[in-house]
Amino acid sequence: MSQTMLDDSAALDADAEAARHLALQERRRRLSMILRYAVLTAVGFLMLYPLLWLIGASFKNNAEIFSSPGFIPKDPTLSGYVKGWETSTPYSFGRFFWNTFLIIAPKVVFTVISCAAVAYGFARFQFPGKRILFASLIATLLLPNVVTRIPQYLLFSEMGWLDSYLPLWVPSAFAGDAFFVFMLVQFLRSIPPDMEEAARVDGAKSWQVLLFIVAPMLTPALISVALFQFMWTMNDFLGPLIYLSSVEKFPVSLALKLSIDTSEAFDWNRILAMSVLALAPSLVVFFMAQKYFIEGISAGGVKG
Amino acid sequence: MGRLREARRPDPNIKRRLPVRAAREEVHEIKGRKVRRRAGPPSSHTALRGLRLRAGPSGRGAAMSGESRFLGFWYVLPYVIGLLIFTGVPFVASFWLSFTDYRLMRGAEFVGLQNYADLFAADRTFIRSLNVTLAYVALTVPLKLAFALFIAVILNYKLKAIGFFRTAYYVPSILGGSIAVAVLWRYVFADTGLVNMALGVFGIEAVNWFGDPLTAMFTITLLRVWQFGSAMVIFLAALQSIDKSLYEAAAIDGASKWRVFVSITLPLLTPVIFFNLVMQMVQAFQEFNGPYVITNGGPLRATYLLPLYIYETAFKKFDMGYASAIAWVLFAIIMVLTVVAFWSSKKWVYYAGDKRS
Repeated sequence: MSQTMLDDSAALDADAEAARHLALQERRRRLSMILRYAVLTAVGFLMLYPLLWLIGASFKNNAEIFSSPGFIPKDPTLSGYVKGWETSTPYSFGRFFWNTFLIIAPKVVFTVISCAAVAYGFARFQFPGKRILFASLIATLLLPNVVTRIPQYLLFSEMGWLDSYLPLWVPSAFAGDAFFVFMLVQFLRSIPPDMEEAARVDGAKSWQVLLFIVAPMLTPALISVALFQFMWTMNDFLGPLIYLSSVEKFPVSLALKLSIDTSEAFDWNRILAMSVLALAPSLVVFFMAQKYFIEGISAGGVKG
Repeated sequence: MGRLREARRPDPNIKRRLPVRAAREEVHEIKGRKVRRRAGPPSSHTALRGLRLRAGPSGRGAAMSGESRFLGFWYVLPYVIGLLIFTGVPFVASFWLSFTDYRLMRGAEFVGLQNYADLFAADRTFIRSLNVTLAYVALTVPLKLAFALFIAVILNYKLKAIGFFRTAYYVPSILGGSIAVAVLWRYVFADTGLVNMALGVFGIEAVNWFGDPLTAMFTITLLRVWQFGSAMVIFLAALQSIDKSLYEAAAIDGASKWRVFVSITLPLLTPVIFFNLVMQMVQAFQEFNGPYVITNGGPLRATYLLPLYIYETAFKKFDMGYASAIAWVLFAIIMVLTVVAFWSSKKWVYYAGDKRS
């Protein structure tokens, strides 16, 4: 009997040892968890503070902007928005937003259609020269625009397209952004072609397959493409800067640059207010559809 | 209809075997556009097609027998046209232009290597700009990748708020390239701007960020590093796809966390690191918005990146030949570094399918 008691106590000791070990582990795990949250929060705060400050400062008056680094306005005012909206040009910011829309909408539509068709061709067919063409797609992915920009300008100038939106629109109708084609090809390759084959066996034409079977399956990826193109075009500055010269055709990005060039050095809240408005569409679209962004970028990157 | 028959022609083999009646039936159906709702038993040629499908050369089966083997090419055609007109021809043209003295009003005059000789022998702005660009890329790319990887590793844990943090970190990447953020940066680092005010709270004297070459470079570098979110999302997706059993095995072997990171995580991430490295490098060499709006290339051209120089030479002075030569130098550098990256990747990039495991 004493023997069993001894065994028991040894077992108890071992249990206690294990429990202590577990507790230690648990404490370590907790500590590392707290550390992780602390780092993430601190970094996140530092990163997002400028944006918070931008939004807050756009509601401050100019004197207050210079007085404290806090972002909550003491005496909120809309004067920055009102004055900023008027701009120093004959046009209001509404005009520049409309122009941005005029650039973006056709571009997104052209991109989605052309890239879907081209990706379908690459992913589902064999044809002579396919390997070389696909390799060229990867090459253009890495080709810096800087090297083709000048002759492109001369080409568009020759065609009389300067100071119009055509140079910004037309390349996207020809699947000009290799990245999107690549992304869609990757996406299509991950979908087995069984359904398409079945439809083809039943006599559907390839374009019907594209329209009624492939396009619906591709929808999430196509939404990603549309969203990325929207963002990129929204952010694009060099393109409009080179091709557009009359203020009446300026998109928001150019108008904003113009307004910092022409306004007084201390007149900050106007420009900050217009910066907030310029960022707003991108932010809204991003928060409404962030899943597509994250998926798009993960798919394009990891499988690539 | 004509096109339909034409597309058939390249395959005489199958036409011979087709009963005339079946062929007529199909044409009829296509006219009625009821292609998918075929009434009655499948005609013989459909079955034949099904057989051919499996045996066919396409493998993926979407290209049917009897259709031109160029069918896929028609879908790719827009890309081919775009490639030629907007990429191929301009690419060759800019190479040619770099050997000319081309001004918008006068036209081109072939000058051989003169532009390049001028660039390297006589153009101090160019040398300065080149050095600044190399420094900028050497600074931003590793910093951005290291930061993206660091945060991704922290995030890749059973955190409750992972989605929230991922979104928060990704926001700057979405906005970062825009002019509005560059404008914001100007005010953040202005003499009476946000950073100097914050420093003032801690009793630190205001810094003239845009007045000194080093601090000015710091501001545009920070803008780029700030946008680490896209690289981070890619890292995170890769981290989450790593087979958990590898970690379990390492835990049984009693490997330390650092050891696990170095021996398991890092090697498995190398393909993604490589991808991010090349993409970020190509992009960093082309940075324009930041320096153009924030520092305008100054002070003393300390942030005068090559794309700025190209822009001003080409679109302010309209000296297209000389600008093309600068662009080609920039292109050559990017190309050489990309080739080096690809070549060296055989040594350090690990692919799971390799026998090397």
